[in-house]
Formats: sequence, structure tokens, C-alpha cells
Amino acid sequence: MSADLRNVNAGHENANRGASRGIGVILGLVLAIGTVALIAIGTIWPNQSDSGVAEPNARVIISASSPQDAVNDLLQQIARREWHSAYELLGNKGEFSETEFKSDLTGEYGSLRSYAMLNQFDLQPLRASADQAEIRAHLIWSSVVGTFEDSRDLRVVRNGRHWEVSWPIVKEARVPPQVIPVNYLRWDVIYRGPEDDWGAQDVEAPHVRIVAMHPMDRAGEVILMGEILNEDVVPAFVTVKASLLDSKGNALGTEDAFDKISHVLLPKQVSPFRIDFHNIRMSQVDSIRMQPSSNLVPASADPVIGIESQKLNPVPDASLTGQLVNQSGQVVNVAHVIGTFYDGGGQIVWVADQYPSRALLPGTPVPFQISLPADISNKVKTYRVVATTYISSRIQ
Amino acid sequence: MMARTLFSCAFVISLAGLAAAQPALRFPPSVEAGAAFSVSTAGSGDATLYVVGPGDALAHKVHLGENVAFAADELHNAGHYVAILVAGSSPQSVQFDVVASRKPAAISFLAKPSRLAVNRENGISGVAYIFDVFGNLMLKPEEVSFQLSDATGGAQSRSAASHEGVAWVQMNSAPKAGPAQFKAALDSVHATRVVEQVPGDPCSIRMSARPASGQRVLLQTDPVRDCSGNPVPDGTIVSFTETFQGRQSTVDVPLKRGVAETELPAENGAVISAAAGVVLGNEIRWSGR
Repeated sequence: MSADLRNVNAGHENANRGASRGIGVILGLVLAIGTVALIAIGTIWPNQSDSGVAEPNARVIISASSPQDAVNDLLQQIARREWHSAYELLGNKGEFSETEFKSDLTGEYGSLRSYAMLNQFDLQPLRASADQAEIRAHLIWSSVVGTFEDSRDLRVVRNGRHWEVSWPIVKEARVPPQVIPVNYLRWDVIYRGPEDDWGAQDVEAPHVRIVAMHPMDRAGEVILMGEILNEDVVPAFVTVKASLLDSKGNALGTEDAFDKISHVLLPKQVSPFRIDFHNIRMSQVDSIRMQPSSNLVPASADPVIGIESQKLNPVPDASLTGQLVNQSGQVVNVAHVIGTFYDGGGQIVWVADQYPSRALLPGTPVPFQISLPADISNKVKTYRVVATTYISSRIQ
Repeated sequence: MMARTLFSCAFVISLAGLAAAQPALRFPPSVEAGAAFSVSTAGSGDATLYVVGPGDALAHKVHLGENVAFAADELHNAGHYVAILVAGSSPQSVQFDVVASRKPAAISFLAKPSRLAVNRENGISGVAYIFDVFGNLMLKPEEVSFQLSDATGGAQSRSAASHEGVAWVQMNSAPKAGPAQFKAALDSVHATRVVEQVPGDPCSIRMSARPASGQRVLLQTDPVRDCSGNPVPDGTIVSFTETFQGRQSTVDVPLKRGVAETELPAENGAVISAAAGVVLGNEIRWSGR
């Protein structure tokens, strides 16, 4: 009985195996056909999506059969820093040279843009007809200080069977050759040497003071904002470190204002600072220990940067915009703008910053834009902006 | 070095433990550092005299019953010493002190801070450590005179008695800015430090405006001074702010040759102000002239 049952079961298993094989073959065929069909669809009707990731290794340029294709091809070439290939794809090459095109994208004078890579872009069709289209390209560049964005409205024109992009050139400002007299003001420091008597005092560290401080609980983290004043008569390199303490005096976390501060402060100069504590809630904090520190450093009082036409813009694009004007004779390679925002009571409600991507040439305005969170922008009544500068010739 | 010190200590302790009660050595209770002196011994025969103290360990072959002479400078480190006379199996020991010599030879002078604002009461502290020629701290009280003299010839003088080799005073910074010589003196020995007395905060900022080329307004401060009349140092930042129809322009300008000067956009009706640190200056409403 049991032997019969085994035979019956074996027969069922064989039948089942045969059926499973059949289903597997059918499934495999369906998948293969589906894959081939999808490849065919993708080839015949290519992706019309309006965003892309720059692929520096992509080499093949497919002839642009649509406005999006044309823009996509161009931006891929730009991402690969293939300036000549990108320039060759343009439909308005007669309006500017390849050098001008390159300096529009990479900037000049060793600016932030010079060392940035196009990381990502979004395309937003604005208008389209049979022969021309307009596409807004939102370019996201990556740089050593984070990403910065650039938006260009591109006109795409049909040329025979192909589409070509007309690049809206932004010609890099140039300063005519000239001599700009500057009365340099500079501090140099001689520190105590090893051969000095042990009683001989070293140069005194600059006296700095925190003149405002405001902690804020925001999105599950604590943000400390404030201002520090160099109340001395010598330049100071300042840092601000803070520790959040619990009720037993234990440190919950210690952070410092990394780049949300102007580190070199000239006499009587004030800098905002902002310190972010991730993963710590205000409810955990009992007290805060602030540790400002300063060192006497050689420094120069130049260049002087005017921050003009500052304006608060309301939501949805809440921001502070303005222009930086280099009032000195030296080219500033990279500028850093830090904004302090106050409510009606004069309390600091936000500190934010931005690095303009272009170099500051003498007397040439460069725009900047500091974004503000929508909920914060409603509270802002006054603001104060400072600019710091980095000049490559001083770093060398 | 450590092993040598440990060995010396062990040697002294073991010899001192063996020391007999009868005094064959007659050391004075204290000896001036660097001074020549002699001690008498009793008995007869040869012996070895060991003298161990801070930084010094020496041995003398002696003939018992004769004086043992110590040359000048032979014992020069102040402190507590042990002398052990080893003769046969009955070592003897005595203890004595070497004290700093009576004549001061050097002052180590700490003056703090090296830079401070004018008109600060007791803002400057001076601490003098008195040493003899061998670098021993002179513990006996001495009257040290301190003098702070500024560039204009004004001087403050104070004196302070040293306590355990240290004398200190506090001085006021002068109303006039400039380097001050801070001197500590005892007999013919003195040490001098320089204290930089710097101007305080700007007392007031007065700014004027006049048209400049290209739709700009030229802003210039009067020479900026502190409340004692000292010119505020060049490099001090003056912040100019122009407000017009909800827009604002600012610029931080360092003082050069006592004044701050910059240009901002000329907007009729704009309000322009100046400030340095927490000190506010005057306000101008620009009307084009």
C-alpha cells in the first residue's frame, strides 16, 4: 500500500515538475519579449523626462532629435568639461567665441566656478513649437564649499532634422588694464622666541567678546546663533566652540562654527556665527557653555567689499539678495557672504551664508542670494550682512 | 638622572641611619650660597666627607682633627643639605642649610597684559621674582620699586616688599596711548617690560557726505578718537549703512590715517549711518547735495 502510494506520489511529482518547467519557459519567454519590447519603445520614443544626472564618463552623442535631447547632450558635454564638443553643439556659435563660452561656465580668476563640476541638472520646458522651444535648465554645480545653482533659459531651434541650443552667454566682466593705487594697511606679528627670558611676555591674544547669542530648537536639532566682536586694536583669528550640557553638567555635544563665521576679524569688527547640533533636542539641554577663542594673526585690512542693494524677498523664494562690490584693486577669487537676521525685538532668528560663484573684480558688482526658510522669513525685520574674502595669491 | 638621584637619596639615608650620635663635625646651621667657609672635625685619621644637597653632591678626603675648607661657589644651590663623615665603621652626619646670597643679581619680571586700553584702573599687574647670582630665589623680604612711565614722560611709581621672593603691584594705564616702560628695580638690578597702552572705543563718529562721480556718494568720517582724545588706530572697522526704500547697502571700512572713507550708491532720500563696534555715529539723510 505504501509502495503504491509512493508511486502515485512520484507520478504527481513528475507531472508537477513538467508543469513547472512549462510555466518557467513561458515566463522566461514573456520576460525576454517584454525586455525587447521595452528596449524598442525606449529607442523609438526616448525618455522625455525633465531631469538628468551629469555622466562624466558618457561618450556617445546621439544626434538630437528633440529639444530635450539637444539640451541634454549639451549639458552632458559641459559636465564632462568637453568645452569644444559642447561649443560645437551650439546653434549660436557666431555670437561668441569658444573662449567666451568656456569662461561663462568656468569663470575666470580662479573663482569657485573654476573648480566646480556640473553635478546635476533639471530641465523645465517653457514653450515649444514645431521649429523652436524654450527650456529652463536648472544647473547644480558641486564645489569644495558645497553646491551652487545656476539657471539658464535655453532657446532650442530646429535645424533640419536636428535641434540646436542657443546658449544665452553671460560674458565675464573684465577690468581694463590700469594701475589702482592702494594704501595697504597690514599687521605683522613677532612672537616670543625660544631665547627670550621666561619672564618676557608674549604678544597678547586679541580680546574678543560674544555680544549676542540665541539658541533655537529646529527640526529636532539645536542651532546656536550669535555674534562675536573683536574689541581689540589688532586683528584676530576667532573661533567659537559651544558645548550643550545636561542637568548633571555632562556634555551632550560639542561643536564649533565651522564656516558659518568670519574667522578673521579686524578691530571692532563683528561676525555672526552659527553652530548646529544634530540629533540633540532643546528639551535635553540644561545649559550651554560657550568658548570663544582668538589668536593674533598677521592680516590685511584690504580688500574692502561693499554690499549693495540688499533686499529681502518674500516667500515663495524667501531670500536676501544683493550685490558685492570690490572697492579695492585686488581680484578676490572667492567671496563668502554671511547674513544675520533679526526679529522686531532685535533678537537673532537666523544666520545663513552663500558663496557667490564668480570672482570679484575691482568695482564690478557680483550678485548674491542667501536663501531663508519660509517660516523664518516671516519673522525677519532687520538683517546685517558681512563678506569675507579669499585671495589665492595670499594663500600661496 | 633619576637613578642617580635615587641612589644619592638611598646613600644619604643609609649613611644617616648609621651615623653615630657624637658630633665630630661642626657645620654652621646656615651657609650663604657661594660663600667660602670651613668646618672643623674632631678625632684622628683619614675620613671622607660627603655633602649632598639639591643639585649638589660632593666628597672631600679629610684628615680628622683638621678643618675642612669649602671654596667659594662650591656650594651654590640654596636648600637643605646633609653632610656625612665616614671614618671606619662609624659615620656621622649633620644637616645644614644653604641660603641665597644677600646680593640680588637678577629680577624676573612678569608684566601683564602686554596690551591694554587707556584709563584702566589697576589694569596692569607686575610680578617680580628676585634671584641671587646663582639663580636662587631670595626669600628674605626686599623692597622692590616699580615704575610705569609713558611716552609723554608721565610716570607712576610704587614699591612693594617681597614675600617669599616675590613682589607684585597693580598699576593704572595712562590716559595717553602709547608704549609704556614698566620697570622693576632692586638696588642696581632692574628689569623692564613694554606695555602697549592703546586707545579705547571710539567716543563719537562724525561722518560727512558729498557727491562723487557716477551716481555715488562719498562718505568720510572725521578723524576718529576715543574719549581721552587718542586717535583710534588705523585698521579699526567703521561700518557704513545706507537704507533706501527697503533696500540696504553696507560696507565695513578700515580707518586709514585716522579716517574711514567709502562710496555708496547716491539715492535721494537715503538714510546713511556709521558705527564702529557697538558705538554709533551720526546719521545723514542724503538729498543729493
